[in-house]
Amino acid sequence: MFDIDLWREIFQSINKNRTRSLLSGFTVTFAILLFTVLFGIANGLNNTFAEEFVDDAANAVFIRSGTTTKPYKGLQAGRKIQFKNEDYQYIKTDFDENVEFITSRIYKDVAASYKNEKNNYSLRAVHPDHQYLEKTKVYQGRYINQRDMDLKTKVVVIGRLVKEDLFLKTDPIGQYINLSGISYKVVGVFADDGGDNEERLLYMPLTTAQLVYGNNDYVDQINLTYDPKLDFNQAIDFGLDLEKKLKERFFVAANDQRAVRVFNMAMQNKGINQMTSVLGILILVIGLGTLIAGIVGISNIMIFIVKERTKEIGIRKALGASPKSIVSIILIESILITTIAGYFGLLLGMGILEWVGPSLKTYFITNPSVSTSLVISATLTLVGAGTLAGYLPAKRASKIKPIVALRDD
Amino acid sequence: MLEIKKLHKSYAIGDSSLHVLKGIDLSVAQGEMVAIMGSSGSGKSTLLNIIGMLDEADEGDYILDDVPIKNLTEKKAAIYRNKFLGFIFQSFNLINYKNALENVGLPLYYQGLKRKERQEKARFHLKKVGLLDWATHLPSELSGGQKQRVAIARALASDPKLLLADEPTGALDTTTSYDIMAFLQQLNDEGKTILIVTHEEDIAAMCKRIVRLRDGVIMEDKKVTQVRAETHV
Repeated sequence: MFDIDLWREIFQSINKNRTRSLLSGFTVTFAILLFTVLFGIANGLNNTFAEEFVDDAANAVFIRSGTTTKPYKGLQAGRKIQFKNEDYQYIKTDFDENVEFITSRIYKDVAASYKNEKNNYSLRAVHPDHQYLEKTKVYQGRYINQRDMDLKTKVVVIGRLVKEDLFLKTDPIGQYINLSGISYKVVGVFADDGGDNEERLLYMPLTTAQLVYGNNDYVDQINLTYDPKLDFNQAIDFGLDLEKKLKERFFVAANDQRAVRVFNMAMQNKGINQMTSVLGILILVIGLGTLIAGIVGISNIMIFIVKERTKEIGIRKALGASPKSIVSIILIESILITTIAGYFGLLLGMGILEWVGPSLKTYFITNPSVSTSLVISATLTLVGAGTLAGYLPAKRASKIKPIVALRDD
Repeated sequence: MLEIKKLHKSYAIGDSSLHVLKGIDLSVAQGEMVAIMGSSGSGKSTLLNIIGMLDEADEGDYILDDVPIKNLTEKKAAIYRNKFLGFIFQSFNLINYKNALENVGLPLYYQGLKRKERQEKARFHLKKVGLLDWATHLPSELSGGQKQRVAIARALASDPKLLLADEPTGALDTTTSYDIMAFLQQLNDEGKTILIVTHEEDIAAMCKRIVRLRDGVIMEDKKVTQVRAETHV
């Protein structure tokens, strides 16, 4: 029930006791402001980390080959190691339980043309799994599939920028593009968060490339993602084991750093993860700390307010105020002040983040922001704490005998 | 209109208990003006608290306007206080951030009256105490006598059966005291029943009946010839 007189009483009380109202409001505003800003900055740091690694899957392993630098088992240094389809098959079969997605890669540079538009691009010939490894987003048409692999079809998936370069505004799907003299059908267009270079690429079935460029079964690189259920240490062990087995397979010395190179994201992710979890704990401590400080502050003020109003409560009781009306007038007043002050702190905090946010990029803070729901729950926590902190003394005050409350000090 | 029979009240002090009221019998009729006198510790404040429903007796009966006052919940006590009683205090006890009119209107607020009606009634009572021109002034802008007049207007606002005044002139100089007493006498002349706790003989003499308490019992209860306050002014 909306009681206009009750609200009039409350607004008068707030208005006529400005210092008191401002004091309690300020505590809440400041707590929420600090909470928002600190949380936002911590989130910004987290965002920076997340953004640095959006290009590839976080659980990726890259396997590259080079030339041997050490003689081993009677073989001389300087031998070139070449991966083939059988090596891909070997990893896929022997490490099956730890491998999530796996693809081979062949790199080629091609001169592409469509009608009057020409340009040079890098081409990657891959397995269908490549899409998940590279986080490629196909937004038009489709990606390479197994049927393409089996039939060695002459199809390509082109990057967003390739499309813009060659096809301008026209629809590329189903059109034929000329790559260094051979026609390929465009079956899809993709985007990639990894930057412009990643979108100036063409993808082609691995088998097609092997047929067209040299009719062999060579591959340049093998990429895979390990089972995401592995923790960092298991993943690192898996990578080391893979490296060891591959070196044995190619008769490479265990300490040869160049012939077979296994780059495991788990290694670097472990460090980053430790960093972010420390950061997470820090965020939690900061958030809880400011909240607790705010709760303590508002509780103190509520106790003080009730104490200050004891005499007024006594007068009101003597004039016929019920205990309920005493409690409600104090509580509604405090809820009103904390809510408005909290909202003000929220606006202020978000405003500050919005304002200084872009200039913090240099300090590894990207897009510092806090979810509105989080700040609102923080504000509600403070309102709740203020209510609780006010309720107990208000309840006690409402039970004081008016004569005691009115006794002259 | 007020009937008190064999009223006992003890306060626990640690393990022992202090017997403050030891069987008080008092009956006050409509239109009386009674002074309750006694030194501190005589039990006069406790008696006033019980009459004011701010405290409950351990034993005995208290009937106010044919309503037995017993085992009241806080809520019920609040309603009865509002309906039956008007309080006047030594230190006025006006709410300092409310102006005179709002202070007078407060009991009416707790009666659940509409704002317009409240203001009308409050205005009427302010006029009665002669302070209508001061309606929008805060208590801090009023003199002691004016404050007590506002407090009296407030006590009258809910049209109570009984006015309870606890040392109403205790904080005022003699002239102002007599002024206030003259006004209370005037109210009594109009038919209000008034109970005044005081320790000043001259104030007590301005009532129609003096009840003297000592050590929790009534020592003396006599009707007196009222000294009219206006003869002193």
